[in-house]
Parts: sequence; structure tokens; C-alpha cells
Amino acid sequence: MTDDSGGRVADPAAARRAVEAVWRIEAARIVATLTRYTGDFALAEDLAQEALAEALAAWPQTGVPRNPGAWLTTTAKRRAIDGWRRREKFDAHVALLARELDEATDPDALPWDPDSIDDDVLRLVFVSCHPVLSREASIALTLRVVGGLTTPEIARSFFVPVATVQQRIVRAKATLAAAHVPFETPPRDEYPARLAAVLQVLYLIFTEGHSPATGERGMRADLALEAVRLSRVLAELVPQEPEAHGLAALLEFTAARFPARTAPDGSAVLLADQDRTRWDRLLIARGRTALARSDALRRGRGPYALQAAIAEQHALAPSVEATDWPRIVLLYEALGRIAPSPVVELNRAVAVSMAEGPASGLRIVDAVAATGALRGSHVVPSARGELLARLGRTEEARAEFEAAVRLAGNDAERAVLAGKLAAL
Amino acid sequence: MSKYMLIMRGNEAALAAFEAKPFEEVIEAMGRYNESMIEAGVLVAGEGLADAAEGVVVEFGGEVPVVTDGPYGELKELFNGYWTVETPTIEEAVEWAKRAPLGVGNKIEVRRVNGIEDFPADNEWIQKEAQWIEQAGK
Repeated sequence: MTDDSGGRVADPAAARRAVEAVWRIEAARIVATLTRYTGDFALAEDLAQEALAEALAAWPQTGVPRNPGAWLTTTAKRRAIDGWRRREKFDAHVALLARELDEATDPDALPWDPDSIDDDVLRLVFVSCHPVLSREASIALTLRVVGGLTTPEIARSFFVPVATVQQRIVRAKATLAAAHVPFETPPRDEYPARLAAVLQVLYLIFTEGHSPATGERGMRADLALEAVRLSRVLAELVPQEPEAHGLAALLEFTAARFPARTAPDGSAVLLADQDRTRWDRLLIARGRTALARSDALRRGRGPYALQAAIAEQHALAPSVEATDWPRIVLLYEALGRIAPSPVVELNRAVAVSMAEGPASGLRIVDAVAATGALRGSHVVPSARGELLARLGRTEEARAEFEAAVRLAGNDAERAVLAGKLAAL
Repeated sequence: MSKYMLIMRGNEAALAAFEAKPFEEVIEAMGRYNESMIEAGVLVAGEGLADAAEGVVVEFGGEVPVVTDGPYGELKELFNGYWTVETPTIEEAVEWAKRAPLGVGNKIEVRRVNGIEDFPADNEWIQKEAQWIEQAGK
């Protein structure tokens, strides 16, 4: 990767990565600017992709331009004007835009208005995570337009063919157009629900990368860390929203455990068994800062901030035994009240069992099982097996773990459960 | 994703040019640069160093280390500070380095930061170091 002043790069693969690096940094602002310029998100996204393709063809020969964001934006705007001209929509308005483009000669000028660009990027986030879109569509669109990932990168992250991702993006744009989704931040009455939708999309991207579903660990961790980055971006875009910081904190704390969550043979290591010296202290410190920013807004902890606070307790504890379990029980109780779910109840049961003993935990698990809410999932028999084993009721524990192994969703979970069964 | 350290180095001409600029201007340019990396979610750490003249150099060569007052005497470049960014490729770290508001005579060296995963997990000293990092982090 030699790079003489302007940046001519000899190795084509390195040249491609250099273009992609610029793209990751600039994509959201470029698409946001073009949406404002054309008034059409789908068109803007197409134009941005065309400009990226042009850069991939040109920059390896010419070097990366001095102001790559401006180059990409200008190229896309020219494409827009050419398109309008071809479709004979070249009216006075477009003629004015074309003239403005020709007269803009300062190569160092920002290609967007610095006072409004953050608002435009935020609008882009809300469009990408709009409730008219399916989860898959929102995830693909958010990674592409906000995260600046290329379609092949997204496809590799989700183990699907490139054509599948392309199709999701095309459909997503068609859906947004059909629903006449405006390029705006949501009105006050819709804002909390729409922000929750954005947080959920980022959370889903993280869990997709976090879950040990299938091989290629490096790639998966990168997807999760991309979600961490996007959560930081969002927290800066809406710094007055406690849950944006709450989500960022939760993801920082969880990502901090990545270096400890896989054994050398590739198998998953449970929280209780992780070598805590391998946790990433820098990310833990960032998580604590993010949670403190959420708390500093003095509007109370939402579901993400509460989960972050639980993760913080684990992050600060030197061992499972030295963990402040009574505090974690309180946090789970609060979480269970504002965001009740059987999974939260099971987690509370585990915390209660650590604070008060396995019998108390088992009562909560049995109450969850009685509702039938998680029937068909391995999590209830797995939790029961755990607590029964600690109570010395080995035969009952064995039956539960055997049931859990049958219900496990993937090999990694099965391996963990089989290990527990063997350890009885 | 990896962490990369952007290591800022500059020669005397760069230092002189820096000192000739109005302080407010320098602070604003650096502030904007740092803010852009925070907003992009890539900046994870960074520190600037005080005047090298306050520093001391411990040099290894003869039988005992030789201690001299800074700046570095023979050396033509001074290490002035660093940023740590977390990016998926070195190219992206380089792209951020290129955007630093620095003038002629400055250099940024981009180096990947070793993670705990770069070392054998069973080495006694690696385990100790991990514990030190953990203790220092609390």
C-alpha cells in the first residue's frame, strides 16, 4: 500500500479498500445530502451507489481525490442532472441546480451545509428504520446507507447471496416510495415509538453478530462492532435521548466480553466461565461513560439503560461469586416492570438464585414454565436443569438438560448444554 | 475491527509553524477533527503530550542507561500525541489520519494495537499482564 501524495495505490485490492474506507466515512452524509437535493430517497441512494462505482473504477488510477466526499457528491449530482435531462424533466429548477454545480469551484468546500447535515443524517436513520419496512429490509438499508457497508460486505455478514441483499434493498426503497415516507424527523407524538424502532434495528444488528450461530467468527464480531459504532453515531445525533446512550452502553459492555467468549477450540464460553482478564477494559470504560450520560439526563432508566446497568455490574465484578447479585436482582425487577418478558423473568430467576439460593430461583422458573410462554425453547429446561443440579436433584436435572439439548437451536448451544449434561 | 493508533510526530519546523499559529485556531481545528471522529463512532482514546522540553530521555546503549533532558537531542522528530481509532481496516484508519489538521513537517504513523488475542493464552506473563490491565482499568 504505497501512496504517493495524492494517493496512487499500486495494489488493486488495497485501492478498493481505500475507496471503501472513504465510503464508510462519507456514505450517510452523501446519501442524506442527495436526498435533500433530489427530494427522493430511492433516487439518492441509486445515485450514491453509481458515484461509488465510478470511484471504484477511477480512484485506483487517479488516486483518492483531496476532498473525496465532495468528489462523490458532485459526481452523483451530475448523474442526477443527466438523468433529469434524459427524461426531459430539465426544467428551470434543474437548470439552476446544474448551473450551481458548474459554478462551485472551491475544491476544499464542504459538499453539504455543516449546520444541517447532522439533521439530514438523522432523517436518513429514521427513514432506514421506518416501521413500514421489514426487519431484514431495515437492517440491510441501515447498514448500507448509514453504515456505508457495500452490498457484498452485508451479504458476507449474513451468509446470504449478494443478490438477496440487493433484492432487500430494492424492495425496501420501493416500499418507502409506495408509503410516501417523508424525509423528516418524526413529529413529536410519533417520536418515542420511531426512536424505539431505530434502537431496535441497531440492537438486532448487534445480536445478529453477537450470537454464535454459525462459523466465521471474525466476520460476525465485526458486524456486532459495526452496531456498536452505529449506536455511538446515534447517541451523538440525539444526545438528549437517554435510551440512545443506554443502548450504546449496553453494546459497549457486551462487546467488551468478546475476547473471552470463545475458547481456543472455537466453542462458546459462558459468562460464568469467562476469563475476565480478557475483557476489553477500554470498552467497559466507554460503556460506563455512556451509561453515566444516560443517567445525567435525569429522565430515568429505560430498558436499554437497565440492561446496560446489569451488564455494568458483571463488568465490574472480579468473579461470579464477587458479583453484586442483590443489585442485579433489583435491576431485573425494574426491567421486568417496564419491559416484562419471560426471558427477563428467567434472567431474574438466575440472579435470585445467586443472591438467595437455587430454591428461590427455581420457584420463579417454574412460574414462567407454568405460563407456557417459552414452550418449544431450550431456555426453560436449561434454566431448570441448572437450578436442579445446584439443589442436588441430579436425576431431574439430567432430564431437563436432555430436553434442552433436543430443543437447542444451533450447534453452539447444543455443545454448551451437552457439556452441562456431562458434568452432572 | 481492530484498534489502530495514529501516532503524531513532527519535526522542528512543524513545531515552529504550530507555535506561530493563534492558539484558538489550533484548538478549534483539533476540536473539530476529534469531534468528527467521535460523531463517526471510531475514536476510542487519545492524548496529547506536553512540551518535549519538560521531558527526559532514558537511552540504552552502554552498561547503564543514560538519562538526558529532552528534547531528544539527535532525533529529528518529536512524538506529540496519539489517537486510538477502532476501524475494520487499516485503510479506514489511514483515511482518518489523512484528515488530521496538521501542516508540513508532521507525520502520522498508523499502527495496529495488539489485542489480548494476539498472544498465546497460556503464557504466564501474558496472563499477568491481562490482570494488570484489569486492575488498572478499575
